[in-house]
Amino acid sequence: MANSQTLTDTQVLEDVQAARRVKIGLISATVRYVLLFSVGLVMLYPLIWLIGASFKTNSEIFAGAGFLPESPTLDGYIKGWQTSTPYTFGRFFWNSFLIILPKVIGTAISCTMAAYAFARFEFPLKKIFFVSVIAILLLPNVVTRIPQYILFRDLGWLDSFLPLWVPSAMAGDAFFVFMLVQFLRSLPRDMEEAARVDGANSLQTLVYIVVPMLAPALISVCLFQFMWTMNDFLGPLIYLSSVDKYPVSLALKLSIDTTEAFEWNRILAMSVLTITPALIVFFAAQRYFIEGISAGGVKG
Amino acid sequence: MRGQRILGLAYLAPYIVGLVVFTAMPFLTSLYLSFTSYDLMSSPKWSGLANYERLFTRDRTFLKSLNVTLLYVFITVPLKLAFALFIAAILNYKLKFINFFRTAFYVPSILGGSIAIAVLWRYIFASEGLANMALGTVGLAPVDWFGDPTNALFTITLLRCWQFGSAMVIFLAALQSIDKSLYEAAAIDGAGKVRTFIFITLPLLTPVIFFNLIMQMVQAFQEFNGPYIITQGGPLKSTYLLPLYIYDEAFKKFNMGYASAIAWVLFVIIMGLTLVAFWSSKKWVYYAGDKRS
Repeated sequence: MANSQTLTDTQVLEDVQAARRVKIGLISATVRYVLLFSVGLVMLYPLIWLIGASFKTNSEIFAGAGFLPESPTLDGYIKGWQTSTPYTFGRFFWNSFLIILPKVIGTAISCTMAAYAFARFEFPLKKIFFVSVIAILLLPNVVTRIPQYILFRDLGWLDSFLPLWVPSAMAGDAFFVFMLVQFLRSLPRDMEEAARVDGANSLQTLVYIVVPMLAPALISVCLFQFMWTMNDFLGPLIYLSSVDKYPVSLALKLSIDTTEAFEWNRILAMSVLTITPALIVFFAAQRYFIEGISAGGVKG
Repeated sequence: MRGQRILGLAYLAPYIVGLVVFTAMPFLTSLYLSFTSYDLMSSPKWSGLANYERLFTRDRTFLKSLNVTLLYVFITVPLKLAFALFIAAILNYKLKFINFFRTAFYVPSILGGSIAIAVLWRYIFASEGLANMALGTVGLAPVDWFGDPTNALFTITLLRCWQFGSAMVIFLAALQSIDKSLYEAAAIDGAGKVRTFIFITLPLLTPVIFFNLIMQMVQAFQEFNGPYIITQGGPLKSTYLLPLYIYDEAFKKFNMGYASAIAWVLFVIIMGLTLVAFWSSKKWVYYAGDKRS
C-alpha cells in the first residue's frame, strides 16, 4: 500500500468523484424510472382497460379511453356466462380443467423419468437421444401436425381429449425434459449414492431423493404447462368438434362468432374470466416463472 | 453395468415411444404426403413434384402468403428483441421496485398467447378503439388498422412485441451475470456508457441474443392465433400467414397432401435460417473463455 500522504490525496479525489457519481446516478435513475413507468403504463393499460370495460355498458365501451365505468353493470358477465350455446361458461372451464390436469400430471411424470435417465444413467444411443431432445425443441410443430391428425383419426381419438393428453404424457414437450436435465445435472449426487448404499433401488431413489430436490424445477414445469395449455387454441381447434367438449379458448372464439355484433361487454367480460386463472397462478407463483425462464429460456 | 443400461432405457421408454410415434414418424409421413394428393377419404395418391410445382408456379395465394410471412418475421423478431434488450438494460441497475417492474413487464407474456388478448386487440385497434383514441390525444389522425393492408400486419407485430417479457427476463439474467470488474476497467480507461454497452455488454450478450433470436424466429414463423382471431388473414390476405394457409388447406379443404407440401416449404425455410444462424454464430457469438470473438 502507499504511504499516508498519498492515501489522503486519493481519498479527497475519491470523495469528489463519488459526489459526481452520485449526481449522475441520480439523474440516470430518474430517467430510468420515468421510462420504466411510462413503458409499464403502456404495457398494462390495455389490461386495465379490459377489466374496466367488462363492467361497462355496450354504448360506453367505445365512448372514451378511460377505464372506470360510468354506470358499472354486471350485465356482460351474467349474459356472457350464459353463452348462446346450451352450456354455460362453467362447462367450458370444467373442460379446460379436464384437459389441463391429466396433461400436467403426465408431463411432470414422463419428463422427470426422461431427465432422470439422461442425467443419471449410461445407456446405448444416449447421445443420439439427447440430440433428439434438442431437435424436437427446434422442430416446428407445423410439420408434424397433419400426420398426427391422421394418426389420431385412425386411432379413433378425434373429438376426445386423448390427442391433447397423450403426446405430453410421453414427454413430448422437449423443452421441459431439457430444463429438468439441466437442473438435475447441477444437483449433487451424494444423497442418491447414500440411498443406494442403504439398499434403495433406483425408483425409490427417484421418488424419495431426486423428486424432492427437483421440486422447484418441477413446479416451474407444471406452471408453464398449465399456462400453455390454458392458452392453447390450435390443438383443441383441430381435435375437438363437439361444443360440449370445448375448453375456454374455443368457447371464447365461439362467442365472438355467435354473439350479436354489438354485445361487446359480454365478450370482454368472458375474456377477463378466461385470463383470470392464469393471472392468479402467475401472481401466486411468479418466482417459479421467472426462475424457470432464466434457467432455460422459454417461448412466449 | 448391464442393469444400469436397461434401467436408463426403461426410464426413457415413454420419451422414446413418444419420439417415434408422435414426432419421427409424423415427420417422415408429412414429407411423403407432400408428394401425394390425399383427401382423407381414399388412400394417398402419389403425384411426384406436382404439389411443389403448383405452389411455386401457379399458386398466387401461396406466394402472397410466403411474402407476408417473411415480412412479418423479419419485422417482428428484431423489433421484439431490441425492445426486450432495451428494457432489460434499463432494469439492470440497483433500482428500487425492480421486482415490481420485472413482474409488470412479464404479465403480457403470460397472457399474450391467449385468445382473450387477441380478442382485446380487436377492440384496441378498432376504428374507435383505444389505439386511435391515444393517437387523437396527441393530435394525430386516426389510423385504419384493420382496413388497410399495410397496417393490419403491424397490429400482430405489436401484439407479439407486447409479449417481450420472457426475452427480457433472459436478457436481464445474462446482464446480471456480467462480471462488474469489466465495467470498472472500462470506466478507468475512460469509456462512456454507450461505448461500454457496445464493446463490452453486447459481445458478452451474444450467446443469449443468439438463443433468443432462434427461439423467437421459430415461433414467429408459426404465428397462428394472432391472424386467425384478430384479422382472419385479411384485408386482401395481407395477414394471411403460412400457418393459416396450411390450416385452411388441411382442416377446411382436407387437401392433406398439398397442405403438407406448404408445411415442408415452411419447415425448410425455418431450418435454413436456423442453420444460417448457427453457421454465422461462429463469427459473431462470443463465448467467454473462448479464443475466437
